[in-house]
Amino acid sequence: MTGTTEGFGRLPAAFHQPGVHSFSDFLSLHAPDLLPGRRNLGNLGMPGSTPLEVPHGTTIVAVTFNGGVVMAGDRRATMGNIIAQRDIEKVFPADEHSCVGIAGTAGVAIELVRLFQVELEHYEKLQGATLSLEGKANRLSMMIRGNLPMAMQGLAVVPLYAGYDLLVSDPAKAGRIFSFDVTGGRYEEHSFHAVGSGSMFARGALKKFFREDFTADDAVRACVEALYDAADDDSATGGPDLTRRIFPVVVTCTIDGFQRITDTALGEIVGQVVQARMTRPGGPAAPLT
Amino acid sequence: MSAPFYVSPEQLMKDRADYARKGIARGRSNVVLQYAEGILFVAENTSKPLHKISEVYDRIAFAAVGRYNEFENLRVAGVRLADLTGYTYDRRDVTGRTIANAYAQTLGAIFSGAGEKPYEVEIVVAEVGDTAEGDSIYRLTYDGSVAEEHDFVAMGGQAEHIAGLLRDRYQQGAALSDALHLAVDALAQPPDGEARVLTSEQLEVAVLDRTRGRRAFRRFVGAQLDAMLQNGNGAAATANGSETANGSEPANGSEPASDQT
Repeated sequence: MTGTTEGFGRLPAAFHQPGVHSFSDFLSLHAPDLLPGRRNLGNLGMPGSTPLEVPHGTTIVAVTFNGGVVMAGDRRATMGNIIAQRDIEKVFPADEHSCVGIAGTAGVAIELVRLFQVELEHYEKLQGATLSLEGKANRLSMMIRGNLPMAMQGLAVVPLYAGYDLLVSDPAKAGRIFSFDVTGGRYEEHSFHAVGSGSMFARGALKKFFREDFTADDAVRACVEALYDAADDDSATGGPDLTRRIFPVVVTCTIDGFQRITDTALGEIVGQVVQARMTRPGGPAAPLT
Repeated sequence: MSAPFYVSPEQLMKDRADYARKGIARGRSNVVLQYAEGILFVAENTSKPLHKISEVYDRIAFAAVGRYNEFENLRVAGVRLADLTGYTYDRRDVTGRTIANAYAQTLGAIFSGAGEKPYEVEIVVAEVGDTAEGDSIYRLTYDGSVAEEHDFVAMGGQAEHIAGLLRDRYQQGAALSDALHLAVDALAQPPDGEARVLTSEQLEVAVLDRTRGRRAFRRFVGAQLDAMLQNGNGAAATANGSETANGSEPANGSEPASDQT
């Protein structure tokens, strides 16, 4: 009955499709070229081809505390031995109560974060309700899975996702962290986690710092210390730049929502950390017993 | 063998227009009002989950009367168009005009196309600006006509009558509580007979507030809406107890949620 008029002079059918609540599913119906994973890369990454020089982002840490979770990321993007950017931001709000940090190929990662943010807000607008934290983590893992072809050709993205779970009644347990692998596998982490080239060093440091009764301020301090240790041993992770006042991006997710620590407040904390390292460069001593 | 009847195109269009108009006139009414901090939407709506007023984008909202499944379908298409445009370009590149134009084309095509019934809907797309001069309100009718409106719009069953009541009492730059009371009074006053009392159970209320952060849209429900309806001449209600679509207010020493595009 309406076959001849469909698509003429009006929005295409994909816009009116009921039952599709996901923005990336809508894109795959209407404009698949806009999806990050759908590019033809030729023989990039194949044996014998020249490697592509693209900026890579590095260490992201997340630490839970009583009342939520903190995530922090360094500011350096490297392209081989060159510092491609000194103040790149790698930690973003995903929505009101969660945040995502990215390690891996910077360009692809930022595009994925952008798509993820739109995805979450889109669902909320269409459904009139937000997804659960696990639902959001699932969406992210499916997006990473969609990036697998590019990851295999050298353009991998590895995010860290954390947020305040409104469905958990005990505030001490409401801060949750999820890590992912390039195939889209999703793993819930407890207490703390780190991803990126400096993650081994950051995780070692956090292993010694972390306490179950951390407050928000403790968790922020622990993140700053851990990033400093990562930068100490990994050339691809940037330490705090005191001359230019470039500090890690540090954010908290609590029941009140997402908040980014201002540079002024962070400057104080970083100043204290660096000052203490003047006396003891390895960082705060952890008691042996 | 029966001969097909000839119907003149004018008659055909008139029949379709009458059909759509009657459908809309059967339903309950909405009011859209500009106030000091933005744009207020009040709809007579007894259903909690089914909304007649919705968020489309950061500064854009949608209000409709008529057949629910039809305007819901248009709402979803509008949200998709807004998110697609904002994703492809930038969030600031999505305007109420883009959405209104898309709706006008879609409604026009539906109305003119002989194969489907006309949509019995009337839609307002509103965008709030940084100042009152930057606000825009577009009204779209069943046949795809689009008009830019100012100050206030009444839609639905008693539109003419309600618009008349609003014209008498409307003032630019009113406070939210005054604007709300004006809207509710206009909706509650029938052309003849006693004014009804409309409670929060029978109303759907939302605003586009230019002073909020990135997302201007905000609903008022439950206890907070009750308080606002009873509050005769107080200040606009605070954020407690309302269903917000936005993040929290930042504490000292932190920045509000920054959106990365």
